[in-house]
Formats: sequence, structure tokens, C-alpha cells
Amino acid sequence: MDNVRNHRSNPAEKFELFGVQLPKLRMMLLLIGIALALFLPLVVANFAVFQMTQVLVYAIAVLGLNLLTGYNGQFSLGHSAFYALGAYTAAIMIDRYEIAYYWTIIPAGLICFVGGFLFGLPALRLEGLYLALATFALAVAMPQLLRYEHFEAFTGGVQGIDVFKPDSPIPGLSADRWLYYFVLFWGVLLIIGAWNLVRGRTGRAMIAIRDNPIAARTMGINTALYKSVTFGVSGLYTGIAGALGAMVAEFVAPDSFTFFLSVWFLVGMVVGGLASIPAAIAGGIFILYMPNISESVIGVFFGNDPSAKALIWVAFGLFLIFTVYVVPNGLAGLVRRFVIRYAIRRGD
Amino acid sequence: MDLFLQQTLDGLATGAIYASLALAVVMIYQAIDHFNFAQGEMAMFSTFIAWQLIAWGAPYWLAFVICLIVSFIGGMLIERIVFAPIHNAPVLSHIVVFIALTLIFNAFAGFIWEFTIKQFPSPFPSELPFETTLIGPHELGVVGITLVMLVLIYVFFRFTPVGLAMRAAAANPVSAALVGISVKKMLALGWGLAATVGAVAGMMIAPKVYLEPNMMLGVLLYGFAGAVVGGLTSPAGAVVGGFLMGVLENLAGTYIIGSDLKLTFALVVIVAVLLFKPAGLFGRVVVQRV
Amino acid sequence: MALLEVNNLVASYGPIRALHGISFSLEEGSVTTILGANGAGKTTTLRSICGMVSTEGAITLGGADISRVPTEQIVRQGVAHVPEGRGTFTRVTTEENLMLGSYARRDRQAIKDDIEQVYSYFPRLKERRDQQAGTLSGGEQQMLAVGRALMLRPKLMLLDEPSFGLAPLIVEELFGILRRINQQQKVSMLLVEQNATLALDLADHAYLLETGRVVLSGTSKEIASDETVRKSYLGY
Repeated sequence: MDNVRNHRSNPAEKFELFGVQLPKLRMMLLLIGIALALFLPLVVANFAVFQMTQVLVYAIAVLGLNLLTGYNGQFSLGHSAFYALGAYTAAIMIDRYEIAYYWTIIPAGLICFVGGFLFGLPALRLEGLYLALATFALAVAMPQLLRYEHFEAFTGGVQGIDVFKPDSPIPGLSADRWLYYFVLFWGVLLIIGAWNLVRGRTGRAMIAIRDNPIAARTMGINTALYKSVTFGVSGLYTGIAGALGAMVAEFVAPDSFTFFLSVWFLVGMVVGGLASIPAAIAGGIFILYMPNISESVIGVFFGNDPSAKALIWVAFGLFLIFTVYVVPNGLAGLVRRFVIRYAIRRGD
Repeated sequence: MDLFLQQTLDGLATGAIYASLALAVVMIYQAIDHFNFAQGEMAMFSTFIAWQLIAWGAPYWLAFVICLIVSFIGGMLIERIVFAPIHNAPVLSHIVVFIALTLIFNAFAGFIWEFTIKQFPSPFPSELPFETTLIGPHELGVVGITLVMLVLIYVFFRFTPVGLAMRAAAANPVSAALVGISVKKMLALGWGLAATVGAVAGMMIAPKVYLEPNMMLGVLLYGFAGAVVGGLTSPAGAVVGGFLMGVLENLAGTYIIGSDLKLTFALVVIVAVLLFKPAGLFGRVVVQRV
Repeated sequence: MALLEVNNLVASYGPIRALHGISFSLEEGSVTTILGANGAGKTTTLRSICGMVSTEGAITLGGADISRVPTEQIVRQGVAHVPEGRGTFTRVTTEENLMLGSYARRDRQAIKDDIEQVYSYFPRLKERRDQQAGTLSGGEQQMLAVGRALMLRPKLMLLDEPSFGLAPLIVEELFGILRRINQQQKVSMLLVEQNATLALDLADHAYLLETGRVVLSGTSKEIASDETVRKSYLGY
């Protein structure tokens, strides 16, 4: 009779960490996270809110990349191109066509979905390194394309386009805070979307394709379709991040979207951890704060020397190598290992 | 007609540099089945070292030789220290490490030498001994040096025991170990050679594009394009592909797309070749067995 | 003293144990064969001797312990391995393959002489000396693999299923040449074979391996006349 009573549908319920059942712990952390996300901006300074918004934007972009690489196994060094596409779409709509900022997100997303899908079609034939190479080429070519004089009417050429931060419609709420909640809204929507995608049939198909594409095909999964669609979805996410990012940065210009931006996203994904949604947020936080912290540390040694700033990137690079050697599964992997190690099984 | 010839010859000169980079890329690809995305930044760093030596008063060719030696040793060290530990790691790990190297070299160069552009001297006389408007002295010199280097490398791989051993180690590491070849040493040597080839490429292009940390990214892209066009499994093909890309870049730039979309051109070439003829002109198709 | 002694050798591929503590020895100048069905651990044994698999236990060559020595060093001590599948360097010529076999040696002139000697054992290789090795037939590649091993002037030659995939006539020819090499060059041989009849004909001593354990050992005559061996491996 005891066996029947203890039969639970979720095996994680048998484990405890810090005296709390795992699923409950997860729920608690989620609620804390939501509370922080909702209320923290109301109590901190505008500049901190601005940074939190940036974190969210990067997190969405990293999430997009993670869907493609972490869950579906397709490498991309070219996500700066989708980010740029989304950013420019929003900027052009706002500046050239005087469309309100809140209408720009979905079109930016759709355009980037199409762009991603279209790039995903030829990408079907490319694996691993070759895809990395093709996306590398995309990222390197993009800034030049954006600077192209024949597109200048749209893109503003080298100068780019200025985007003004939207005004806050709520009296008493600063523009920075309003923008934060706007970005948060989209972020939450996209995270829920990703969560559903990954948990369902599509997610399983994506992962199957990542782990063994040939076996996946023999199981009847239309790998071509799934891979292209995943590319599209990934583009959509990063493109929306770009559109939001344009509003946060208040301008778009070709040199903001170089290959090194793709490297940022890659770093965020690797450090946060592959195939994990919360990892994207960790990644976003890392992307934003790591340079700041490094700058402070370097400032201690080198004062205000501007070329010392370049050392931040050296630190970044070393950090990346360290991650690959020591923590190949990123922060998410670390958390998983921690839980596996320390979670205690309750009596059966 | 003159314009066509001029552009073609000039294209051969830049093509020589693409050919060198393409060769370095293919050499490493053959040895470890990975693309060295950091090849360009390594070459840039080597060029800066040469610049520094010249700035300290060394004559050009002395600086050139020292730079080659330093690059060779540096390449070997990078292989031993950075890549040997992750030999069996998944592809993404390799890509990340290559990118990290790119960052580190780029930033370190910026830190030491700043991001302002610098002049890099050309060792070739400013006038040709004969009259022509078809090609400049530096360009001719670049083609000459590159050809000499390529011949030396060819002779090395084809006719020396070590060259043979390196080819064997790259093609079949297990059998190579079984005849007493230290595959580790061969890998390190391969990297050293690739780094040296890259250094030459960097020093040859710096006079034209001015020396600064970001100078090689576009060049590397064309190097990759050359390797892809020629065939990633064929060093000779990579060289041909590199020269071809140089010429095509100029001709397309002059006659079709203008000089502003050169990088997009390289992108299109890479994607098109990978899609329609992935083995390139001279490479072999690798069939994946189920 | 035996040339090669293996004591309680345990070999694993990760968590999977392939050899459960086998022991055998090989006398200098002899041909010893290890028999067994697929998966018995024969190839693993050869790989262990060459340092290509993680092992516990003792392996000594001429009295010196080689169980922790890297492959390249073991080779330089005179162990030539003719691997499963021949391991031909397909993209270089036949003669370059032979040259690679002598990579560990320094005596230039003797190397040239040895190449000629290999050609005298395998005239067909001489005909194809400048051909890309990948274009050689299976039998020729097998001869090339043996020739390459010979180029080391080895004390011990390890052969992994040399008869595999070859026509019977070619195999007969090959094994005849192996006997000559053993007798004329005084090269000791450790032969791993599924084809028990052939192996027992060539070898002086034999060991029978089953799922990673030695189950029978003796002279080839003894093994050949053993009842179970005859039924299971010799087919009569």
C-alpha cells in the first residue's frame, strides 16, 4: 500500500535540495525571478534599468541562437546579421515611415523569420564547420552591405539611422522604465514560446535532428523542413531582439553589427549553457556585465589608458577558453551538476 | 583591354595573398579537420611584430626573417598548448576556441599597438626596372615572393621525409603512429608552417591596406573563399582558388558590382560553391557512411 | 627469454572490458598465432601491445616493460604492426609507403637496399612503385602493408588478419612469403587470424581466445588436433 501512495508522476519530486523538493524549488526560483523582473526596475536608478533592458535584449538574441545551435545542432556565426536585419527594419519603419514603435516588432520578427528560413534552405546542405564558415561569411559581409550606397536612402549609409526612445505613456514612469517593461513583455512572450516549442513534438524533433540526423530521418522526421523552420524561428528571435535593441541603443549603424557581435552571442550561449532557456538570461547578464567588470579590474592596473580597454577582449577570449576546458556545458551545466551532486533522495 | 589586363594582374597580386591564406587554412584543415578562424588574426599579429622590429631599427629583411621564425614557433606553441587538450572535444568547442583566439589576438594587438593605422613598408623598389602600366612593383614583388614560398612548401612536402611524414600523419594518424611518426609533433609542425605562411601573407598585404588590428578579417574571408573554390582537401587547389578569387574580385569589382560589395561577393561565392560543388574545383567529395 | 611476454593483460575501451587478464609469450624467431572468433579480443591484443588501448598488466619486449610507452616509441623498439584493414597511406605512392615504413631509421643506404629486398619478396609492388597506393588491389595493399612493416627491420611483426577479404590464391602466396620472411630475416611474428587452418599451418605456437580470455594454448600441431578446435574453428 505504501508503494501505491508514493507513486508520483514526476520523479524529480523524490529529490530535495536545501530541504525543498526540486519541483517546488524550481517554482520558487521562477517566482523570485518574476518578482525581480517586475519590481526591481521600480526601485533602482534609471541607468540600472537601462542595463537590465540591455540584458533582456541580449538574452532574447542568445535564446534565438540557442534554439538553433543548442537544440537543433546547427552552428551559426552569423546571428549578428539577423540582429541587424531586425534592428534596421524597426529603425526604417520608425524613422522613414513614421510607424509607431510598437507596431514594428512583429514585422521585424517576420522579416527575420523569412530571412532565417531562406538562409536555412541552403544551410540544409551544410554541416558543422561548413555552416559555421557560411555564417561567418554572412556576418563579415553584412556591415559592408549595410553601408552600400545604393541602399542609402533606406539605411542611412555609414551614418545609420537615429531612433528615438519611445515616450512613456504612463505619467510618473520614466521612458527607460517603460521601455524595460515593453522589452520584458516581448521577452516573456518569446520565452514562453520557446518553452512550449522545446517541450513539444517540435522540440523533440529538433533535438533528434541535432543528435542523430540520419536516425531522425529514418524515423520519418522531415529534417529539411524542421531545420529550415528552426533557422527561421531562430532568426525571428534574434531579429526581434535587434528591433528592441535599436530602441534601447537609440540608433542603428553598420559598425554596430560586425562579426564581433555574433561572437558576443556565441559567448553568451556558451557561457550560459547550450539547450537551456534560463541559460539565455545568464548569457545576457554575462554579455553585459563581464566587460564592465573586466574594465574595472583592468582600470585598477592600467588606469584610464584607452588601449588597455582592449584587454577586456583578451580577458573575454581567455574566459571563453577556460569555459570550453573546464565548464563545457556552461552555467546551466554547472547548475545541473550541482543539483545532481547535492540533491538528496527522500525516503521511498 | 588595358584595364582588363591591369585588373587581372593586380588581382593576381591580391590573389597571391588569398592563395597563401587559403593554403594555411587547408593545411590545418587537412591535419585536424577544423577551420582555423583565427588564421587572419594570427597573420595580423605576426605582421605587427615585424612592424615593431622595423620600428626599432631592424632592416626589412631581417625583420621579415625573425618574424617568420617567431610565427613558426608561435604556431607550434598554440597547437600544443591550446588545441592538444581539446583534440577530441565536439566541434562547437573547437569553434569557440578559434573564436576566442581571434578575440585575443585582435585585442592584444590593439592593446600593444593601438587601433590607429600604421604604414608598413614594402621591400620592393618603388619603380620597376622596365616600363609598364600593367602592374606595380609591389604587386609584382608580392606575386614573386608568394610563388617562391609556394615552391618551397611544395618541395618540402613532396620531397623531404618530414614532409612525407606530415602528409601521412594528416591523412592517416593511426598508420602514421604505427610507423613511428609522432603525430603530435607533426601537428605542431603543421601549425607552425601555417602560421609562417600566414605571416608572409600579412606582411605582403600590409603595405596596401595599412596595418591595423582589423585589417585581416576581409582578407581571411577571401582566403576561405579561395580554399572552398579550390577544394578543401587539395592544397594545390586552394592556391589556385586563392589566385582565382583575387582576379575575380577585381574583375567583378570593376565591371559588375563596384568596389563596395566585395565582401558580399565572397559570401555568395562561398555559399554557392558549398551548395553546388562542395568539393570545389580540385577536391574530393567525402562520403559520409551511415 | 621470450621476446614478448604478456602477463595478466586487461584491456578496456572506456568502461567496456575487452581482455580479462590474458597471458602468453612469444619466443624469438617463432611464429605464434592467436585464434578466435569475431569479438574475441584478438585485435585488441595487438593494439594493446602497441600502446593504442588503455591497459593494466605487464607487457615486456625483450625484457623491457612497454605497457606505458607511447606507440611511436614502441615502434622504434622494433615492433611493426600490420593493422586490420591494411592501413595503407592511400594518397601517396607505393614506394612512398615503403619509405614511411622506414621513417624511424637513419641508415640511408640500407633503406634503399631494403626497398629492393621488399620488391624481391613482392615483385608486383615493384611494378606499381610509383602508383598511388589507393589504386592497388586488396591483395597488393596487403603485401604493401607487410612490406612497409618489413622496412622497419623489425624484431617483431604483428599481423592483424592478413587474409581478410583476399582471394585464396593470393592468401597462399602471401603466407608463403611470410614464412620466408620469418626464416630468412629472422623476424618473429605474432599473427592474429580468423582463418585457423592457414594460421596453424604457418605458426609454431597457438593461443585460442574466447571473449577476452585464453582458453587453449600449445603448439600448432596440438591445437590443430584438438577436438573442439577442429569442430568449431577448422570445420571438420
